[in-house]
Amino acid sequence: MSNILQKGVSRRVVLATGAMAAGTLAMPSILRAQDKSLKVGVYGGYFKDSFDKNIFPEFTKATGIAVESVAEPTGEAWLVQLEQAAKAGAAPADVSMMSQVAMLKGQTTKLWTPLDMAKIPNSKNLLDRFINKYPDGGVAGIGAVSWYITLVTNTDVYKEAPTTWAAFWDKANADKLGLLALVSNSFLLEITAKTYFGGTNALDTEEGLLKAFDKLAEVKPNVRLWYRDEAQFEQSLKSGEIPMGQYYHDVTGLAASEGHPVRSTFPKEGGVQDSGCWALSRASKKVDEAHAFIDYMSQPTIQATLSRKVGTSPTVKRELLDLNEKEFAAVSSDIEPIIPRYDLYTTKSDWLNQKWTELIVG
Amino acid sequence: MKRERPQSIADYGPLFFPAGMLLIFFVVPFGTMITVSFFQRQEGGFYTPAFVLSNYERFLTPFFGGVLSFSLMLAVTVAICCVVLALPFTYLLSRLSRRLQVFWLVALLSILSLSEVIIGFAWSTLLSRTGGLSNLLVAVGLLNQPVALFPSFGAVLTGMIYQALPYTILVLYPAIVRLDPTLMEAARTLGSSPVRAFFNVLVPALRNTIMATLIMVFIFALGSYLLPQILGRPQHWTLSVLITDQAIYQSNMPFAAAMAVFLVLVTLGLVALTLLVGRKGEKA
Repeated sequence: MSNILQKGVSRRVVLATGAMAAGTLAMPSILRAQDKSLKVGVYGGYFKDSFDKNIFPEFTKATGIAVESVAEPTGEAWLVQLEQAAKAGAAPADVSMMSQVAMLKGQTTKLWTPLDMAKIPNSKNLLDRFINKYPDGGVAGIGAVSWYITLVTNTDVYKEAPTTWAAFWDKANADKLGLLALVSNSFLLEITAKTYFGGTNALDTEEGLLKAFDKLAEVKPNVRLWYRDEAQFEQSLKSGEIPMGQYYHDVTGLAASEGHPVRSTFPKEGGVQDSGCWALSRASKKVDEAHAFIDYMSQPTIQATLSRKVGTSPTVKRELLDLNEKEFAAVSSDIEPIIPRYDLYTTKSDWLNQKWTELIVG
Repeated sequence: MKRERPQSIADYGPLFFPAGMLLIFFVVPFGTMITVSFFQRQEGGFYTPAFVLSNYERFLTPFFGGVLSFSLMLAVTVAICCVVLALPFTYLLSRLSRRLQVFWLVALLSILSLSEVIIGFAWSTLLSRTGGLSNLLVAVGLLNQPVALFPSFGAVLTGMIYQALPYTILVLYPAIVRLDPTLMEAARTLGSSPVRAFFNVLVPALRNTIMATLIMVFIFALGSYLLPQILGRPQHWTLSVLITDQAIYQSNMPFAAAMAVFLVLVTLGLVALTLLVGRKGEKA
């Protein structure tokens, strides 16, 4: 079902139904049959289509390695499949794009082959936060793409763009917000901490988390829709039915460019930056090809192409990119982003989930 | 025709196929679910085989009790509404000409071809402030300004009744068509009004069918997890929604399995109770 969506990245699949994802999963598209090949897992739907069109053919041309792209389901379903397959010594994909929480979970079972940074010279281009390390310092994964969750509004209803996340708490916005329904994909705790408690470090302790939950409870009367399915909110935002909320910067920009009365604002506290990593399954035997692929993807020119063609925010340093102001603003912002506390979603996930469910359902 | 008792194993042959299907598609998956519900959840990982009761312990709280009660209440309400609406409708349908009956049945079947997603989104548009039915009421002059009719309990109920009504009618239809028409004629001859005859003759004659239909719609409605999400607020989310959250979003299979097992047990218990009460009523 298309509604079984989750984890931030899920929106990528909204464009394709679950059935379609399943269909493409069963029939991986082979770009070119060659001796050297690599199976790459990317989120099904819009992401996979864009990569198949704009990225993989160029990679094959440059390196002679054929790419077989595999549509992966979002959330943790793919992690489960990789894990089960690795136990049997198989790899449904050699390299996969994984969410941060999935990366951390895979690390606990040593699912990811540590990467040899000497074979990925372009990794020096990356922002430090996009290098995902094992506790012993080995590199588990490298930032593939990132994207922002921002404050979005309907321009017919809100003539002036709001400037701060505190707008969610404004009593004037009663019953007007659309927010993501899960603690682990809305990152509202981080937003609350940054807006009211000086930063996400405030979430280090259980006491701090409870304070954030209490503050967040004040938002509840303003929320009309807690959405899991992004199409649901996007439609309501465009029509003005639900005129404010949190949503993806790139998709909102796309909707605005199509003439819909919507806008995406980076609040002064920063947008939430979520990201996906390239990670290599320990069952894969294509270690060299995988390193070549990850190195290729870490080039500033490729990251710029991704920004232009796929709408993702680059994982390499800004000064290395040839994106102009407008192109950069379309996918990112110079305001320091709010980085989600992924660690919490592995160490305290059940506790957080329980508190969160009680908060919004109770 | 006199039935002979099965003489050899071969005589039981025809039973093997359904038994096998039941085993593969019900017993094995359900057994797996029960097994997993006792496994140990690894936070930040998956689960490890074990025998722990913590998954059930976590469920046994006032919070989940509340969600479970709401889910049951919602399913019962949907079942009752569906039967109340479908019974007179189906009775009137059975008295139409063959051609009209076929037309209605095809129309009802076509509703079944709609997926839950489409039904949910269609109703959310119909009940919206910006494009919905309330705009019609404004145009007619019954309302001053359009209002949003969702998310609300009424919206969830409407959507679920819409979804379950065709099933209800299709289950009632064969029983009502086969009902001896002379029963109603006799009641009328003896001076009963049509409405009185309906309640005093038709409804009691169909008691078992009505009971079976209620149970079927109840179970059907209990599994609904999309419509409450699309048309309701979080307090209208059913236990099925929370099970989905745990299984798919939290990858907490043991807890999701424990909740599902609990839901199945409560459902079976309620169905058994209903049948028991029904049987006692028959004897009396």
